[in-house]
Amino acid sequence: MKTLALPRQLPGRLPRNYLPVLVTGALFIAMFTAGGIRYEGFATGQIILNVFIDNAFLLVVAVGMTFVILTGGIDLSVGSVVALTTMIAASLLPSTPSFLVILLVLAIGGVLGAAMGAIIHYFEIQPFIVTLAGMFLARGLCYTIGTDSIPINDPTFTAIAQTRIDLAPELWISPTVLIALAVVLVATYTLHYTRLGRNVYAVGGNEQSALLMGLPVARTKIAVYTISGLCSALGGLLLSFYMLSGYGLHAVGMELDAIAAVVIGGTLLTGGSGYLLGTVLGVLVLGLIQTVISFEGTLSSWWTKIVIGLLLLVFILLQRLIVTTGVSRER
Amino acid sequence: MKRLAWPAGILVALLLVNLIFTDHFFQIEIKDGHLYGSLIDIFRFGAPLILVALGMTLVIATKGIDLSVGSVVAIAGAMACLQISTLPSQDSIGGVLGAIGIALGLAVALGVGNGFLVAIVGIQPIIATLILMVAGRGLAQLITDGQIITINSDPYKLIGGGYWLTLPFGIIIVAVVLALIAFVTRRLALGLLIESVGGNAEASRLSGIRSHGLLIVVYAFCALCAGIAGLMISSNVSSADGNNAGLWIELDAILAVVIGGTSLAGGRFSLGGTVLGALIIQTLTTTIYSLGVPPETTLLFKALVVTIVCLLQSPAFRAKVFRSRRKPAPPTVPAGEKVTVRT
Repeated sequence: MKTLALPRQLPGRLPRNYLPVLVTGALFIAMFTAGGIRYEGFATGQIILNVFIDNAFLLVVAVGMTFVILTGGIDLSVGSVVALTTMIAASLLPSTPSFLVILLVLAIGGVLGAAMGAIIHYFEIQPFIVTLAGMFLARGLCYTIGTDSIPINDPTFTAIAQTRIDLAPELWISPTVLIALAVVLVATYTLHYTRLGRNVYAVGGNEQSALLMGLPVARTKIAVYTISGLCSALGGLLLSFYMLSGYGLHAVGMELDAIAAVVIGGTLLTGGSGYLLGTVLGVLVLGLIQTVISFEGTLSSWWTKIVIGLLLLVFILLQRLIVTTGVSRER
Repeated sequence: MKRLAWPAGILVALLLVNLIFTDHFFQIEIKDGHLYGSLIDIFRFGAPLILVALGMTLVIATKGIDLSVGSVVAIAGAMACLQISTLPSQDSIGGVLGAIGIALGLAVALGVGNGFLVAIVGIQPIIATLILMVAGRGLAQLITDGQIITINSDPYKLIGGGYWLTLPFGIIIVAVVLALIAFVTRRLALGLLIESVGGNAEASRLSGIRSHGLLIVVYAFCALCAGIAGLMISSNVSSADGNNAGLWIELDAILAVVIGGTSLAGGRFSLGGTVLGALIIQTLTTTIYSLGVPPETTLLFKALVVTIVCLLQSPAFRAKVFRSRRKPAPPTVPAGEKVTVRT
């Protein structure tokens, strides 16, 4: 393959770095407007809030995935880790205090991520294969715990699930949305205002150069997989608040949704270029597609997949165009 | 040959484990003019995976990857079953051949699409094929209208479940495809060209290799293999399920290729290794059943074996663990700032 000429690593230099994010934002607004014209009762603020409520867990997982993809890696294990988290939480909750369960599942997610990161870095095995094994492992652990769906009756969990936070008349969100937004804010701060964030972009831009510059490549790579594991576990907690059950078949194929959201958000899979805001918009676009299809009523669910595939195609072609024109301008 | 030693050793070890737990595991007998036996079953049920993995090997040799094969499996099966279900007589050989032709044609067209995105547009293979992986599942369900199409066609049944010359027909297909690939890539220059494109696409283009056309052919061929595998899978159960047919077969296929010693970095490939890798995965499934491992822990077992196999094959792992005799547990906390520079 031709090596892609990456846009400058430092954010904010060139407007074309922001172009994919802007296009995703424009697309979201266009879809929302079109939906508002076509369907009655669509153009309300609550529709957007509902997209947040229904996709809070995906948002958190996609944030973790963004870190990994920014370093040029990939994490296929996220969906399974989400399922594992719901399963562990559901099976432990009747006998264990809820805060302990929450700490435990977060720790498990982090350790799994760190272990995969360490294997990827120290033993030089491709991230694709290592996280694939992690995917099998986590999904297998789910079935070892149990093959049936386990309901969650814990008072803390049900309280979080049923709480509505009223923002305005007829506008409300769930606590899970607040958690997801907090994660996005913390992650944005980390990426743009800390050393770790700089290192992530540097390793994604060119690992060899980062190494020669004396940056802690090992620590950075292990850190991003740990972050992804933590985010998956947190996403799993949000999913168990949302579903109030643990099940080994929860979140099957979620890794694809997360990767799609990141790509639609304009992050390059080669690493080194992209923004979290894009990922947020990517998740919103995916959520809005589902809303539109449910409003349409007659469209079958498989149209969701076809539309997401087409959107992916459009965005990737667009990115490709931007990168190519950027290269010719630099020459 | 040395590269094949690891996968071959693992396969033999797995087979020996089976021998301990199952009597007559290696026994092959002829009943009604058909070959029967556990070993034959491994080949028979592993045939679709071997086919998909062979196509995947060539793609990976060009430094690419094809995530869409699972969707192509579903689409090909769905298309063939849809065509056959509309035939006036489902047993008419001409009609079945026509349906197979349409299904495989569609598969090749999808593969050309992948190849176009990778070669001409210049998109990373993993994303270019991710598009079809996501959209293709929807497409397969669109073809079957979300239903499971059931057919009752004897000629079609032959592909996945039938016998010919005492051998299961699937094994014959695999043997023919393997012989074809081996001849074209190892006796003709094509294999060298593929490896050079995988090594450096731009350099090989400059040295006069039509790398764009070559890439499209390779992706189309991979999709064709996936299409044939899709026919086998749907023919074996005489129905097409757009949602579940070939689910995760792309991951198994990539795994088979990697276990077989082909590097995801491209530039060289091993057909024998891939066949061994696919057989290891299929034997693993058989072993899990014969060991009486509860089905719930199948994935766990698979994760374990995959990790061990990949670690054993990683030169970095062997260098770090076997030479310095350190414990195999990977350090989760990096030791200080010590960074080794690779050249």
